[in-house]
Amino acid sequence: MASPTDLNAAIAVTRFGLGARPGEIASVAAAGPRQWLIGQIRPAEGADQPQQAPESAGSRLRNFRLYQQDRRQMREGQGDVDPSEDPVRIAARMLREGPAVDFLARARLAATTPAGFRERWALFWANHFTVSGVKLITSVLVGPFEQEAIRPRVFGRFEDLLVASTAHQGMLVYLDQAQSVGPRSPAAAYLKRRPLPGIGGGLNENLAREILELHTVGVGAGYSQEDVTEFARALTGWSVGGLREAVSQRGEFVFRANTHEPGARTVMGKVYPPAGPEQALAVLKDLAAHPATARHICGKIARHFVADDPPPALVARLEAAWTESGGHLTRVAEALVNAPEAWDPAPRKLKTPYEFLISSWRAIGGQPGAIEHISPPLLAMGQRVFSAPSPKGWSDEAITWAAPDAIIKRMTWAEGFSAVVAADLDPSPIAAGALGARLGDPVRKAIARAESRQEALSILLMSPEFQRR
Amino acid sequence: MTRIAPTRRSLLAAAGGLGLGVAFMGRAAFADDAVGRKKLITVLARGGMDGLSVSPPVGDADYAALRGRIAIPAEAALKLDGTFGLHPALAAVHALALKGQARIAPAIASPDRARSHFEAQDVLESGASVVYGTASGFLNRALTAAGGRKVEALSVGATAPLILRGPTQAASWSPGVAGEGSPRLPGILMDLYAGDPLLAPALASGLQTEAMAATAQGDMAGATAPGMAGSGGVAGFVRQGQAVARSLGKTVAGFMTQPGGPQIVAISVDGWDTHANQGAAEGQLATRLLYLDALLAGLNEGLGAAWSDTVVVVATEFGRTARINGTSGTDHGTGSTAIVLGGALKPGGIIGDWPTLRADALFEGRDTRPSLDMRGLFKGVLADHMGVDRAALETVVFPDSAEARPAPGLV
Repeated sequence: MASPTDLNAAIAVTRFGLGARPGEIASVAAAGPRQWLIGQIRPAEGADQPQQAPESAGSRLRNFRLYQQDRRQMREGQGDVDPSEDPVRIAARMLREGPAVDFLARARLAATTPAGFRERWALFWANHFTVSGVKLITSVLVGPFEQEAIRPRVFGRFEDLLVASTAHQGMLVYLDQAQSVGPRSPAAAYLKRRPLPGIGGGLNENLAREILELHTVGVGAGYSQEDVTEFARALTGWSVGGLREAVSQRGEFVFRANTHEPGARTVMGKVYPPAGPEQALAVLKDLAAHPATARHICGKIARHFVADDPPPALVARLEAAWTESGGHLTRVAEALVNAPEAWDPAPRKLKTPYEFLISSWRAIGGQPGAIEHISPPLLAMGQRVFSAPSPKGWSDEAITWAAPDAIIKRMTWAEGFSAVVAADLDPSPIAAGALGARLGDPVRKAIARAESRQEALSILLMSPEFQRR
Repeated sequence: MTRIAPTRRSLLAAAGGLGLGVAFMGRAAFADDAVGRKKLITVLARGGMDGLSVSPPVGDADYAALRGRIAIPAEAALKLDGTFGLHPALAAVHALALKGQARIAPAIASPDRARSHFEAQDVLESGASVVYGTASGFLNRALTAAGGRKVEALSVGATAPLILRGPTQAASWSPGVAGEGSPRLPGILMDLYAGDPLLAPALASGLQTEAMAATAQGDMAGATAPGMAGSGGVAGFVRQGQAVARSLGKTVAGFMTQPGGPQIVAISVDGWDTHANQGAAEGQLATRLLYLDALLAGLNEGLGAAWSDTVVVVATEFGRTARINGTSGTDHGTGSTAIVLGGALKPGGIIGDWPTLRADALFEGRDTRPSLDMRGLFKGVLADHMGVDRAALETVVFPDSAEARPAPGLV
């Protein structure tokens, strides 16, 4: 019979973390499961960074714009192109290698980190503030967005995270904010007199709407279409520097006063006087502090970590920690670890495809060696690399991932993976190491009776205990 | 570590890359009676498809001015009547329309007015009158209501769409998923999943339909996308996408025409959220419409004689603003266009009324005003085509929907 500490160690590593590497559960049991989790929270440093010297969002954007410019010039037959700066080659490298490098680094961090809870916490926030690579230009920005805006701040104040996310080039481009122009701004008047081909001259409300609906107060908080439009007007001017701007501003966040809508704004009943870039900042700060934001996001945290339909008592605990600390995410993470509801032995979450693949590598003590090891199976299981289907991000609900086809895909992948790696492994200790006290007798016996190591490892990876957390 | 790649990735993976996904439901028990031959295909255009570009009202006096540079020019539109044309990318749909086998509902909407993708898709697919009103999809409930006997359902694609979720477990299929490992593994897993309410039925359904899949796959041999990648640039990429979409349509059709094949199919097509640079006769939106047209052409071709027993409904969660926005796109709106196609369709004009785009006719001064409730369109199709009991439609399938009258005279 497993001791409570052994079971809690298994839960700590598999539910709060990203799955166990060989020996990890035993060492967590020795250290104390709760202490092990609390020790991963780093208020000052935030989450780990997948890359030590990554390409910045600014650099990627500048290169992308240069490529577009060069292509235009080539088409128009102007200018000779230096072969070392062949725009097609630059673009190919950026578009293919950039996201692949980012994603592989992130997957290798997840597969090897001794602080799985910290990484899961970072992934939660990256998904909450989704920037999706569904557009050509944003595909190269998802990695830098996570690295620059999200990871340093996941244990800080929510307000700072919200502002950093909103002001990042990735978000500004993904949700069309960079192009939004106040209809009564000087730039709009100018464009009316002298229209430029391909350049609009008006408002885009996409980012404002998704901040309200997804990032902060959530649906049902009582905001109206007019609130969305007013917030969008306040946000005008928040943009990204183009090639016409000063060198230091190219590809970086800029506030363009001449596209900012003049005047006071009213959002959710509060009047915001004219203040340039500070106007939208003031709205963001109020949204971050809104009680509906605490409720909305604490519900999401509980759904992500514990159950699709989480215990209300757990959500209330998280909300209390959020409210008492003014949205300090360290306090919320601690409240999650200390909540008894989070330690229910029944594993109620189904792993997403990414979690399934990462935990499989962790189980055998390995890591993906190339993007080709991870990108095709994720596509097949419905979680294409850096390409969440909408600004809402990836679903946290089992029903999304448990379509029969997806389960068959998991089985097919588990067999292929096992065929490659099982030869050098002893399946029974691998199973004990991966699941600890969560490993049930039927699966243990099925593994012991398997006809081959490949079959045994496939059984482990496809077992209900391993598919759930 | 050496190579770890899935064994066979083909059409569906390619389709997934284009934002296409498919889900099936069927009633095997009814396969041979008259109702059992009827087929219904729902194409969900996710993201808010711009009805004013799908079926541009080029004869409406206000259209060109509202749309500016993204208006479809009257001379480019494929003419339907004095007011409406189809987008030039929809050539196959237009050819069907000329035969009386495609009609448009140009001002249709679900009862949701929040202009949120997630709320609006929930209301559209659940069939509820309010957001998050029910956790099941209306097609699932419609089949349960129609059958009263054993109902078989099938879903394809890596994620399960709400429209097919419900008391009936959806089975699953996609090309080339059969494992190459231990033949014992599925049986062992079925034993281990016995107590798991989620995994057991999912795996059972997945395994059950692999046999059907083998047949359908036979039909699509040689139907894989031509190898145009790497040549022809963007145009080549678009042609390849059209070929994939067309093959997917034919494959789905081949699946439906098998004995005991699914009667109801749901297909998702993503990528309609055109906030910026949506283009006009050519451009971003035109490319999505080329794929949609190719998919529908593939269904038409693949269904062959069964086309006369088929109705296809192309629907979206909401339309887009009547006015061009500040970034040469359009924002979330209300009324949009649904396309209804099929050999079972009665010829006729537009479905529902056209409220016009006059300033005082626009909904909240910005969107196409809905004149037809999406639930009314589906009530008409489900009652007249699929034989679903009218009382069940009003109570179980679309609760609290008395104001959404069934659209008459479709079939």
